[in-house]
Amino acid sequence: MDAPTLTARLTAIVPQASLEPCSDTDQPTIRVSPADVVAVLYALRDTPELGFTFLADLTAVDWWPREPRYEMVYHLASVEPPRRLRLKVPVPGADPTVPSITQIWPAADWLEREVWDLFGIVFDGHADLRRLLMPDEWDGHPLRKDYPVQVNVPVRVSEPLQVSEEQFRANIVRDRKVRQGT
Amino acid sequence: MTPSVTPGTDPAVREHGDIPVLTTTVDKMVQWARRSSIWPVTFGLACCAIEMMSMSASRYDIARFGAEVFRGSPRQSDLMIVAGRLSRKMAPALRRIYDQMPEPKWVISMGACASVGGVFDNYALVQGVDQVVPVDVFVPGCPPRPESLIYGIVQLQKKIAEQRT
Repeated sequence: MDAPTLTARLTAIVPQASLEPCSDTDQPTIRVSPADVVAVLYALRDTPELGFTFLADLTAVDWWPREPRYEMVYHLASVEPPRRLRLKVPVPGADPTVPSITQIWPAADWLEREVWDLFGIVFDGHADLRRLLMPDEWDGHPLRKDYPVQVNVPVRVSEPLQVSEEQFRANIVRDRKVRQGT
Repeated sequence: MTPSVTPGTDPAVREHGDIPVLTTTVDKMVQWARRSSIWPVTFGLACCAIEMMSMSASRYDIARFGAEVFRGSPRQSDLMIVAGRLSRKMAPALRRIYDQMPEPKWVISMGACASVGGVFDNYALVQGVDQVVPVDVFVPGCPPRPESLIYGIVQLQKKIAEQRT
């Protein structure tokens, strides 16, 4: 099933969505607006004849200085019938926000954290949007095209312990009680 | 048993009855003991670790120089070979392992990445592990061949031989 056919099917299911098939060389690609992406992904997952039940990947592209600057890319796969689909979602550079799809695929959790970490795209509705790869206190989003790649910030050589002093003492007291059998 | 040093030829060997006695200083004795059994901590970060493992295996056999006992615990080690590129996120872990090693301890920075960042001149990697731990010997190469690392260890042994205890 090629991109125009898929677009026609999707338009029948989600009439309000603005869909546009893109030129492609490897797999069908459809451009979707950020407002419609959740409805379209639900339709792709839950319509039996489409059957795109598997989120293969979720990533982003920075087209700086072009506008819209970012592009979210969703790779979907269908097991039966076996085929793949790519969705592209343009995201404006001034306010890079797209709805989170963790409600559709829980597997998107860490993928969206990674994209937020490296591109700074905010996922509206994500329950735990923390950095995944970079250190927690890192400043900036390194995969942005205007990021100073050779920045040399001071190296952090120590990190706080995983437990507080009170917890540490409480653990010792508890272990001692266990050993004494009281 | 025939003594390996002929009595009377070496001023350090003196006749003491029938037994040849070797005199030395405590410093030299301790230095000899330390340099003859360097125990590296098992700590590989990247592709340099492959060469490090090769160095300890049969073909290059670092046991000939008394440094083959790779320890899984930093508390039993006295040499850290930083084998590979060090990411900024890994730096606190490396420092913690170094801090857990008992004194005296030494560090070899193995390869271009560990020494100066190598080809990775970017935000993610530490541009030289001497920003994190004090380095005794830098071994150049990308990656250094096992012979190079053995040469580095021999240089470290020479350094230990001259260190005051």
